Amino acid sequence: MRSQYAIKQLSVFLENRKGRLKELTETLYQAGVNIRALALAESAEFGILRLVVDNPEKARSVLSSAGFTVKEQDVFAVEVEDKPGGFYQVVKILSEADINVDYTYAFVGGGERAVLIFKVPDEDLERAMEILSAGGIKLVEPLFFYGA
Amino acid sequence: MRPNAKDYLSREEFEALQLRRLRETLGRVYHLVPFYREKFDQAGVRPDDLTSLEDLKRFPFTVKQDLRDHYPFGLLAVPMEQVVRIHSSSGTTGKPTVVAYTEHDMRVWTEVMMRTMLMAGVGPGDVVHNAYGYGLFTGGLGFHYGAEALGAAVVPSSVGFTKRQLMLMRDFGATILCCTPSYALHLAEVAQEEGLDPRKDFKLRAGFFGAEPASEGLRRAVAEAWGIKYFEAYGLSEIIGPGVAASCEYGELHIFEDHFYPEIIDPETGEVLPEGQEGELVFTTLTKQALPLIRYRTRDISRLYREPCRCGRTIIRMGRVVGRSDDMLIVSGVNVFPSQVEHVLTKVEGLTPNYVIVVDKKGVLDVLEVWVEVDERIFTGDLGTLENLKHKLEEELANHLFLRARVKLVEPKTLERSMGKAKRVIDRRELEEKLGR
Repeated sequence: MRSQYAIKQLSVFLENRKGRLKELTETLYQAGVNIRALALAESAEFGILRLVVDNPEKARSVLSSAGFTVKEQDVFAVEVEDKPGGFYQVVKILSEADINVDYTYAFVGGGERAVLIFKVPDEDLERAMEILSAGGIKLVEPLFFYGA
Repeated sequence: MRPNAKDYLSREEFEALQLRRLRETLGRVYHLVPFYREKFDQAGVRPDDLTSLEDLKRFPFTVKQDLRDHYPFGLLAVPMEQVVRIHSSSGTTGKPTVVAYTEHDMRVWTEVMMRTMLMAGVGPGDVVHNAYGYGLFTGGLGFHYGAEALGAAVVPSSVGFTKRQLMLMRDFGATILCCTPSYALHLAEVAQEEGLDPRKDFKLRAGFFGAEPASEGLRRAVAEAWGIKYFEAYGLSEIIGPGVAASCEYGELHIFEDHFYPEIIDPETGEVLPEGQEGELVFTTLTKQALPLIRYRTRDISRLYREPCRCGRTIIRMGRVVGRSDDMLIVSGVNVFPSQVEHVLTKVEGLTPNYVIVVDKKGVLDVLEVWVEVDERIFTGDLGTLENLKHKLEEELANHLFLRARVKLVEPKTLERSMGKAKRVIDRRELEEKLGR
């Protein structure tokens, strides 16, 4: 399932320094990369920006050349109904399967659907996708993010 | 005889004394320390080859690494039964520099500390507040013994607890302060924050400051903040601790050359330089029993002057230490080598990341920061891993350096961006000095 549903997420190390986020987004803009989803994790001194973009290879290459430290990781996305309990259903299944969620972020895609992105330990990724799929949760294909 | 009578010997008397003691020391190390016998043999010199003081230049140097290589007691010239004290410095890669003293060495140390403190006429009735670190560091106990031998009352307050130190200084009526110059200034600042006037609310009249380089500006600031006379104490634990040289009432540093024979060399070629020229300071101990050192390279850059001083003392003078011939940093009185930091980084991470050591001042105190570049070898994409790395590095650095260092994780190339070019050590203290802070 990994080959079919895994989504390439880029994590970028950022010092908490003025103008750094602007430089990053400017780099992506100039390369014509579209950010589909993002989340920012931060500590007092530094942060990590997580990005799902339409063209991960290109994004990675332009960011590296611009001096950013970038790590690519596999995550997966699910689509749920945009109503109470949507998020709960997914987390419940993962929790019952004893799969720890490293972090998750969501974006509301318009209409009645919400898309949730999950990062779980890499060794649990395959199993997480399988049990969610078996539990009736709709996994989102990468094309949803990468496609123009 | 006054303990500082030797400060006034004539040049001839000094040289006769030095030659006799030097010959004796060379003979002793050659026969008792295999390391020296080997070195002398390799260099093709025997103790008897020394017929004048100038002949010393034919003998090989000793360096700090020799002490580490023979850790802990390989260079001792006496059996352990004669050792009464052992001190130790922090180690570069885990191996510290160990120094040992016999009862005789302790008497020498006490004598030179008395001579140091007699520069300010310390004696009965004085209350000496000693805020040098007590313990393995030689500063605390060195001053302690000297002050006590002069009949002064010693307050062994050691380091830390600044407000309590101020309370004791005030309540006990301290007249003499002993500590690093930056700590002296910090004490004055805290006193002011507490609503006290350091010049009026205390009885201090003089202080002995050392263990770290002090600029002219810092000296003046300390003297002015407290309204006291500033005396400098120069020393290094390998030679004896504090008490190698001390400044007189005119601010001239005098080396106790009847115990420590100084030379100035070209740090590149090892050639002895003529009087007055700037170079690396080298000492040969003339009276030490447990750990005699021959031509020990201090890495401190200074000069020597023989002409008598206005104070009347005839012992040789040294200029201010203007720098180091290696990359050692002195942070809050603690010696730090970049290689120590690199060792810790390599040990923790299993690879050597790009790093820069930044020394700065926070108020008057030194702060040490290690900036580590988070490159793709280190970055897992996970925040927790980075935070753990930071804490682990801080913990290991504290263990190895005996000093708290703050680790800052930075993006690659940050340093080139903010400093102009790649450098391993950024000493902002110097920068501020140059900017006339």
